[in-house]
Amino acid sequence: MSAASEATGATAASARDSILQRLRGAAVTRADRRLPDVSGWYAGQRRNEDTAARTSRLRTALEAVKTEVHECSTADWPQVLLRLATAKGLRNLLIGSDTPHGAQLEALQPANLSLVRYQEPIESWRDTLFDQVDASLTLARSAIAEIGSLILWPDASEPRLMSLVPSVHFVLLDVETIHSDFHAAMTAEAWSSGLPTNALLICGPSKTADIQQTTAYGAHGPRELVVLLRLAQGASA
Amino acid sequence: MSKTIQIHPVEDFKERTRSVLNDPGQRRNFRGAMDFLQAKRRAQFPDQNELAGLRELGAAIRRYSLAHLPQLLEQLEARLVANGIQVHWAQTPDEANAIALGIAQRVKARSVIKGKSMVSEEIEFNHAMQAAGIEAMESDMGEYIVQLAGEKPSHIIMPAIHKTKQEIAELFAREVPGVSYTEDVDALIQIGRRVLRRKFADADIGLSGVNFMVAETGTLCLVENEGNGRMCTTVPRIHIAITGIEKVVEKLEHVPPLFSLLSRSATGQAVTTYFNLISGPRKPGEKDGPDEVHLILLDNGRTQAYADAELRATLQCIRCGACMNHCPVYARIGGHAYGTTYPGPIGAIISPHMLGLDSTYPLAFASTLCGACSEVCPVKIPIPEILVRLRNEAQARPDTEDATLRGSGAARTATGTAVWSVWAQVYSRLGLYRLASWFMSRGRALSPTEQGAWTRSRTPLIPAPKRLRDLLKDRQP
Repeated sequence: MSAASEATGATAASARDSILQRLRGAAVTRADRRLPDVSGWYAGQRRNEDTAARTSRLRTALEAVKTEVHECSTADWPQVLLRLATAKGLRNLLIGSDTPHGAQLEALQPANLSLVRYQEPIESWRDTLFDQVDASLTLARSAIAEIGSLILWPDASEPRLMSLVPSVHFVLLDVETIHSDFHAAMTAEAWSSGLPTNALLICGPSKTADIQQTTAYGAHGPRELVVLLRLAQGASA
Repeated sequence: MSKTIQIHPVEDFKERTRSVLNDPGQRRNFRGAMDFLQAKRRAQFPDQNELAGLRELGAAIRRYSLAHLPQLLEQLEARLVANGIQVHWAQTPDEANAIALGIAQRVKARSVIKGKSMVSEEIEFNHAMQAAGIEAMESDMGEYIVQLAGEKPSHIIMPAIHKTKQEIAELFAREVPGVSYTEDVDALIQIGRRVLRRKFADADIGLSGVNFMVAETGTLCLVENEGNGRMCTTVPRIHIAITGIEKVVEKLEHVPPLFSLLSRSATGQAVTTYFNLISGPRKPGEKDGPDEVHLILLDNGRTQAYADAELRATLQCIRCGACMNHCPVYARIGGHAYGTTYPGPIGAIISPHMLGLDSTYPLAFASTLCGACSEVCPVKIPIPEILVRLRNEAQARPDTEDATLRGSGAARTATGTAVWSVWAQVYSRLGLYRLASWFMSRGRALSPTEQGAWTRSRTPLIPAPKRLRDLLKDRQP
């Protein structure tokens, strides 16, 4: 057992054992023990669709929850982003500490948008992040067409709070990474053999309907989610 | 934040029911909200075949998980510990609070910021923290509103469903410094956002619930829309997750069907804004996330439900709230009348295990057994059957094998027992039955006109002048 509970060190082990003992004492039927066929269900439901069809389904689902989607190419996405940033009146953009797309943006040396790298642990600049940073840019690992969700695996270079604290969150997504459904995504990417500290599905700006069932965006996370949909090499919006 | 929380003893259930039934405002709020949520859910399931198949799959996954529960909990614990998450077990709310308090005191915490967690309501977490001088602040917008008002949630998914925007506008203007009255929902949410942002940044501990725990990977899954769940589990130095022992599934691939059923059934969304999978504390080199992640696994009566093959189905629940959204009783009396942490049909069948049947059996009787709850339940819990079982348990003779629960037999009365014993005698002896029915049909003029609860809104029951056997005899040629 783990570092036993502080205040209840003496009773912790016995709480665990008593609970497990009571559970083991119950009779269970063979029918309930049968492993459900989850893969079979999804195989039966899954559509046979190409990247274009998946992209279109994803786009429709994302836009239904107020996510902005912009098509671009692997070459012109920085210009698209800078144009949007100007239109939104953003002063700065948080980028990862060491990413190819961050470097691509830095190489342009944008005049009206200062680029901030997530260089230090959060403790040393928490207030700046909460109070000063307008927007952020992260790369999506992949996405799910059926439910219109982006998959992010934050890591040391693109930490967790990048997709949560700034008001505007830009996400780069390569269309060939779009999966049909959640089950297909976790199976194709072999999630069960190892997950990061934090994995995320995100489908839109943060929202709530807690006041009289009226949806309001910009609850505690980003107010705007902007997806830059990178089409295959050469293609362009 | 030091207001007294209103605690409703379940004994006053009838009184509370009557008072809310006579409150047109409350009834309008609930009726409107229920109609809205029902329509939203319906729109998410246009294909009845898909719904039927997915519910069957969801139910099978939950039954499978429960059938292997002790092994899965051990596997989960081993994986979590290997991932660096500390696991604690609690049999009672007091034990759970003591564990959380132990952690808080070790790190000299002054404040806890909370994501939405019904289990934390179940153990009266805020109360326990306040008693120890630690601020516990709700950050889910609905929970924040309810806490500000010194109340409790009236719905497990939408805690402030009983309040209108006018009431919330008044509350904010009164309780939040520097805020003037506004009924604009966006403006009200931005007020909450501004107040709570500071709290996220400053809190020592973040507390959250858990929607699913995955045994094979040692992962805690959280479903939410607001981003406060992610804030609580990412910004403070310590994250404490608390949940019931039944929330575990074996495989990661068991999550997608349950997640889909949960978001569509609960709020009629195809998917929630965030699905958050946490598999450990901050690793060396990572720049944010908590240094410590703790999981408190709570029993609080769940093992009692588990022990019985029929009642075990109660633990299949994924807490979507669809049963209350479709319940004709809940729609009329609202969540507070139940007096329990979990209201509605699921509350009526889970609360007896947490609080004892003696203090909760009236809830099992407050049902028409219409079956709407089981029809919409995404994991097919046979709620009406369980309600009937609990009614029987409430009437069971103590110290017999019919009485299997804490508080069984609480509804038995001397009069009731005597009446039913006479009834059993009459109905099991032919001669006695004929004699009794003869007297009743001939003595019908003596029937009382006041028949208790029955005649409050109905005409009195009077036996027919002729018995069935008399009528049949008349028809003989």
